[in-house]
Amino acid sequence: MSLDVDIRHGQGDFTLHAAFRSEGRLTALFGPSGSGKTTLVNAIGGLIRPSEGRIEVNGRVLVDTRRGIFVPKHRRRIGYVFQEGRLFPHLSVRQNLLFGRWFTPRDQRKASFDAVVDLLGIGHLLTRRPATLSGGEKQRVAIGRALLADPQLLLMDEPLASLDEARKAEIYPYLERLRDEGGVPIVLVSHSVAEIARLATSIVVLSEGRVRASGPAAEILMHGNLLPQPDRGEAGALVETRVAGHDEVYDLTYLEAKGGILTVPRLPLPMGAHLRLRLRARDIILSLHAPEGLSALNALPAIVVAIDEPDGAGVDVALDCAGDALVARLTRKSVETLGLAPGLPVHAIIKSIAFDQEALARMPPADEL
Amino acid sequence: MIDWLSPEEWTAVGLSLKVALTAMAASVLPGIAVALILERGRFWGRQVLDVLVHLPLVLPPVVVGYFLLLGFGRRGPIGALLDEQFGIVFSFRWTGAALACAIMGFPLLVRAIRLSIEAVDRKLEDAAGTLGAHPVFVFFAVTLPLILPGILAGMVLSFAKAMGEFGATITFVSNIPGETQTLPSAIYTFTQVPGGEAGALRLTLVSIAVSVAALLASEWMARRVRRRLAA
Repeated sequence: MSLDVDIRHGQGDFTLHAAFRSEGRLTALFGPSGSGKTTLVNAIGGLIRPSEGRIEVNGRVLVDTRRGIFVPKHRRRIGYVFQEGRLFPHLSVRQNLLFGRWFTPRDQRKASFDAVVDLLGIGHLLTRRPATLSGGEKQRVAIGRALLADPQLLLMDEPLASLDEARKAEIYPYLERLRDEGGVPIVLVSHSVAEIARLATSIVVLSEGRVRASGPAAEILMHGNLLPQPDRGEAGALVETRVAGHDEVYDLTYLEAKGGILTVPRLPLPMGAHLRLRLRARDIILSLHAPEGLSALNALPAIVVAIDEPDGAGVDVALDCAGDALVARLTRKSVETLGLAPGLPVHAIIKSIAFDQEALARMPPADEL
Repeated sequence: MIDWLSPEEWTAVGLSLKVALTAMAASVLPGIAVALILERGRFWGRQVLDVLVHLPLVLPPVVVGYFLLLGFGRRGPIGALLDEQFGIVFSFRWTGAALACAIMGFPLLVRAIRLSIEAVDRKLEDAAGTLGAHPVFVFFAVTLPLILPGILAGMVLSFAKAMGEFGATITFVSNIPGETQTLPSAIYTFTQVPGGEAGALRLTLVSIAVSVAALLASEWMARRVRRRLAA
């Protein structure tokens, strides 16, 4: 899949001028509110007509103002999951789900009703009316409804924003399964670093209507200075791990990363399960010697790769941990005192609590337990 | 039960029901169309149309009836044309009464439908569009079911107005027993003759009964629709 966007759109005082290209399975449009994320997805979905520019999905031109092309939304085959669900109140859940079927030619129907219902766990809701559903159930039905129209691309505008933490935790696994098994590329609008760290494969960072950065998720999240100011502290590395064992005595779980074993509080995951961790830069400290007499359980040997541009008193130090990229946020003073420079071997000390709570909250889908 | 009203009175009741139902049925589709145009349309002359539609609400009914007489009478420009081309005659016929009633009730019908169109969440229509639905299908599958309560309310108002219409009807098509003498005209006639009080009272009771029944029926339908949307 490929998504090519280069548009300019004015809305009152605000101008969006965004250009990016993405090929990820789940592209996150990330930025604070008012940065133009929703305007951008609305332009891709055909809900607004950009004043100028071009949008191309999988080689199909949807908008090209110079050539006078504007494909109306009902011919784009782009699914859209809205923040508020927008289920049809006069139709049952089943009728809502099947709404898009009317307009998909028979030979292009790929999504199977049963498979989608199963993927989203909404089989028991089919005869209900939207008014009787909880917020989380509504969003799952809205996702199913969009999927069953067999879209080429699925847009999601902060689908979890109106839900509380418990409901979010209920939906994350479905979004992960959708990303990994759904077969439809997704563009997700979000303003939560935790959310995109968990879900995104690529990230486009928006700020005041401009694209500040775009690229693979792991790379973007490593660089605090690419993120909007209030989120800089959330920057960190994404590390893929595998459950290597459990310690019954101390209630711990061992996770295997490339650079070594990490110890975390006991997780309800089976042996061998994969888990993506986010190690925040501000939660990693560096030591020149193997640490002794420290309460932190996790220390991995690493090599300094690069030292970023300083940002006030702080500076990001990129590390290579036997193939896993990590980043630590130190003060400029410490960098100087320790004499850090590319190539220097160090020990990265990760406080146990630095593991992403939301990633830890992940419950695998029932059939994997 | 049948004896309760004289044959002439039954005729007036039946005629009134026929006129009111015809007026209501004939104005529903134009009412929906005009409400849509007024609520969603953006064109020059929208304000003019708005005023025209609402005129019967504020003009004396006699004036509306007189306009109809000028326009749709046998010699009127529209009346003559319809007569020659299609053989349709309004003047001094029950169809003329229905036309007068439809026009007098039209602003009420349009207002009720407009209010319900205004209340429709347009985001739902956008959502239907992203699912591949053509705007025409969106209207029939999403918008129309959502404004159904407003349409029903408008229909009841239009029917009730038609049952009670007097001034425009009597001016346009007069007061011919069996052809254009509707309930209000019949009541009026009774009050003009000595000893007609009993007849006037009987027809008044009929008139009240029909109006209350229409209101109850519309409440019942509206509640069913609401329950469908909410539960």
